[in-house]
Amino acid sequence: MSSTAKPRVGVYKFASCDGCQLAFLNAGEQLLQLAELVEICHFAEAGIMDEQASVDIAFVEGSIITASDIERIEHIREHSRYLISIGACATAGGIQALRNIKDSDSWMADIYASPEFIDTLNTSTPLASHISVDLELWGCPVNGTQVMAAIRSLLFGVLPQQEHDKVCLQCKRNGSVCVMVTQGIPCMGPVTRTGCGAICPAVGRDCYACFGPADQANTDSLSKRFVGLGLLPEAISKRFHFITNDVDPFRQAGDQYCKDAQDS
Amino acid sequence: MTEKNQRSIHVPVLTRVEGEGALDLVIHKGEISELRLRIYEPPRLFEKFLEGYSYKQVPDMVARICGICPVAYQMSAIHALETVFAAPQHEWVRNMRRVFYCGEWIQSHALHIHLLAAPDFLGFENAIAMAQKYPQQVNRGLRLQAAGNRLIALFGGRSVHPVGAKVGGFYHAPAKNDVDDVLEQLRSLQQDAKDLVAWTASLDVPEDKQEFTSVALRHDNEYPMNEGRLVSSQGLNIDIEEYQQHFKEFQAPHSTALHATLHDQPYLVGPLARLNLNMDRLPDAVLEVIAATGVHFPSDNMFHSIVARAIEIYYGLFESIRLLEAYQLPAQPYVEIKPRAGVASGCTEAPRGILWHQYQVDENGDIEKAIIIPPTSQNQARIEQDLRTSLTSLGLDQDDDTLRQHGEMLIRNYDPCISCSTHFLKIKVERS
Repeated sequence: MSSTAKPRVGVYKFASCDGCQLAFLNAGEQLLQLAELVEICHFAEAGIMDEQASVDIAFVEGSIITASDIERIEHIREHSRYLISIGACATAGGIQALRNIKDSDSWMADIYASPEFIDTLNTSTPLASHISVDLELWGCPVNGTQVMAAIRSLLFGVLPQQEHDKVCLQCKRNGSVCVMVTQGIPCMGPVTRTGCGAICPAVGRDCYACFGPADQANTDSLSKRFVGLGLLPEAISKRFHFITNDVDPFRQAGDQYCKDAQDS
Repeated sequence: MTEKNQRSIHVPVLTRVEGEGALDLVIHKGEISELRLRIYEPPRLFEKFLEGYSYKQVPDMVARICGICPVAYQMSAIHALETVFAAPQHEWVRNMRRVFYCGEWIQSHALHIHLLAAPDFLGFENAIAMAQKYPQQVNRGLRLQAAGNRLIALFGGRSVHPVGAKVGGFYHAPAKNDVDDVLEQLRSLQQDAKDLVAWTASLDVPEDKQEFTSVALRHDNEYPMNEGRLVSSQGLNIDIEEYQQHFKEFQAPHSTALHATLHDQPYLVGPLARLNLNMDRLPDAVLEVIAATGVHFPSDNMFHSIVARAIEIYYGLFESIRLLEAYQLPAQPYVEIKPRAGVASGCTEAPRGILWHQYQVDENGDIEKAIIIPPTSQNQARIEQDLRTSLTSLGLDQDDDTLRQHGEMLIRNYDPCISCSTHFLKIKVERS
């Protein structure tokens, strides 16, 4: 982004709840400041529409669930310098990737009288399964501060720093009391990537892993702890098959305990 | 175009709506022969993947249906499940759910008025362009939006997919100091909210009177949010458990959002329907602000929806201030839940209108079956009806661009949240 012209930014949406775009729409005055710093070329929800435009930074929300999604994301990739996936849907397929685990054809038939009218693949996949992605910002929803920090870094010409710590570390920094150690509540914090601010233990509840797996997440060890806390295999499986279900080691751990539940 | 007297207009992607959709219009011999609002965001099949999960996980799952109104999804689900489990009432929980919901109404309405709808009435492509000419108004809107988000975060840790609500109540009670800080912010915005009501009422909106049926919750003595009976402007008055005996949901081939009708007729849900049916439940302070606008409610002008939203922002501030001024730390911010098998419904007033859920659960509290009927699918038949009437009265001989712009403005006025099914507007007009 060395030219004197303002950097061009696009915000694109695929299958999602729209919650990650709110990182921009909830930014208040920062949104107006951002519009001074960069040229927003495409952002349908904000009323700016030019999906064909070439951009310097593309922020993409949502997972790929139709054949036309694949064509769209390939086009966006070809016309953007940096492409950043934001949120659990774009980075991991989202909660709707549960269809990858179960029989989604029968699901369609249960909900729609005429499923043949609905154009959909039977999988929900992250962007990186289809194109190369320069940076992934995890979270359901992505944290607004992370998104703004990423733009700031890119405006300075460096790639943003990634969060790699586990939620447990942030929890300690916050001075929150450990809900698993003190109350025996099965908490996903030990295997989950931070970035959220460890807000769940701060309100006295378990982390449910909405920022996805941390680096070197020891799901085996945590699962055994869950067994010790009295969780049945089916319940353990459902803790991993949750917001970021289709990404390892969560997918694998969930599959393993699902199998254990069927065998027992 | 097969015949000279037929034309078609196609709006490919509707902007400034939450989600994606398109509008197809066929005009044959000067009349609309086909009109289809297509919602093409593919379905994410939430109802099916809830099956087998514990009731404890449901509030965190259903929040993901909509990033703009996660509180509504959590509230309808929680109320339904508490009915199944015959959970006891808890006054503090009841009041604080109301405050939590006020936060969502304030942020969602402020977002819609300023970032999505107002540019239509003032002739801008988008809010960022509008902010150049109307910086004070846009900044006022952003302040209100931020206050709504802060109220949600007070209970939920964050405003999008908040983590504080559970079946039985809340995981924690906010500290008194934090409540006082928020109260101070809310009080400082009351004049802003009053000015906003006056500003929306002064906007040059189209005069477009129509006959339509309003549907909303109605409570014995409160403006409806979490509880009440379902009533309509045509005399319907039913328990929420009777919803499916009166309302039918069906699939239209052109859309992934299911359509719903009341006794086979389209109906309106949302802020205008709520206000039309519940004016007498508003406190005097809010009625005075309404009276000062000169807009008469109940209104049959759909474009008064933006005024209704602003009024609900003012009310949301009023109500949350009232409840938070009496804030006391509870002994425990939830009631204990004892799961049991059964089926029950939950219906609450999402910012966009009634959101009806029904759950069938087993004796452990695991979900066996879920039905979720979001406000946008309920409004869809009504939007199509409105488009037919309004575009015809605008004059179908107008050029495609005029029809497209009016159609988009009209659809946005309903604040359709297409992520519910699933996003928005392509218009295609065929003329013959």
